[in-house]
Amino acid sequence: MEPKYKPGDKVRILQRNQPGHVRTPIYVRGKTGVIERIVGSFPNPELLAYGHTGLPYKMLYRVNFRQSDLWDDYDGPVDDTLEIEIYEHWLAPA
Amino acid sequence: MSEHHHDHDHPTHTHDGKPIQEDPLPPIEAQILEASVRELLIEKGIVSAEEIRRAIEVMETRGESLGARIVARAWTDPAFKEKLLHHSDDALLEFGIDMRPMELCVVENTEDVHNMVVCTLCSCYPRPILGIPPAWYKRRDYRARAVREPRAVLKEFGTVLPDSKQVRVHDSNADLRYLVLPKRPEGTEGWSVEQLEALITRDSMIGVSDVRDPAESGA
Repeated sequence: MEPKYKPGDKVRILQRNQPGHVRTPIYVRGKTGVIERIVGSFPNPELLAYGHTGLPYKMLYRVNFRQSDLWDDYDGPVDDTLEIEIYEHWLAPA
Repeated sequence: MSEHHHDHDHPTHTHDGKPIQEDPLPPIEAQILEASVRELLIEKGIVSAEEIRRAIEVMETRGESLGARIVARAWTDPAFKEKLLHHSDDALLEFGIDMRPMELCVVENTEDVHNMVVCTLCSCYPRPILGIPPAWYKRRDYRARAVREPRAVLKEFGTVLPDSKQVRVHDSNADLRYLVLPKRPEGTEGWSVEQLEALITRDSMIGVSDVRDPAESGA
């Protein structure tokens, strides 16, 4: 499986209301960050949670956000970051 | 008169003197499922009740000491540290730990960077090396606030950081588990691995505090 994104790419997390077992917290949806690293491919937890095999596997990335891009009133220096794991099907180029 | 003269309509304690215990909640679906599968496995002789008990005991008696050994090794062995930061699975195998299919992501504290770990969605934690997560790690307030106002949370843990130091929060939300590699304190040059281990606390490996002050460790 070839990763669609590479470290340094700007990405936007999709703003999607999806019920069930989802590993993309609401606070990053719709936000823009940068790919920090490619983690690798993993079974899709959205299927795995319901007794399925999790196939096809999904590429997982770590995405780096500036805190001030996540929270309008973030109380801290502009360099502070948050890093989180996001599966490829939750990402769009930004 | 018997000891039963007190008002049973407003009991404040049980007869054995312990605080009243709440009745257990009715079993939820997952608990019923767990019990059914467990009983079936035992009935069919696939695992024994003793093996399950032992596995739980091992899981619950594991503490942060292994994490401390790993960190102390990284402080004293640059090649191991490189391996830990970039190929953590190989590094952990040297300690007999195989976390696969999970992967350990080791994040290093430096002069300029402080790392802190949270799992906002549940309580993901590097259990094979740190044991059971602390109660506060699983609480909603820590999970919500660590990503929202990390510096305020750190301050409540007694960790006040200058603005010149970057705070990197890691949300352990999926397939990685996180270990903070604390910064080796000044004044520990020439210390043995065992002396260094004594400085390394659970909380310093979650990133809510620094390691023990070497001047106060008595090492």
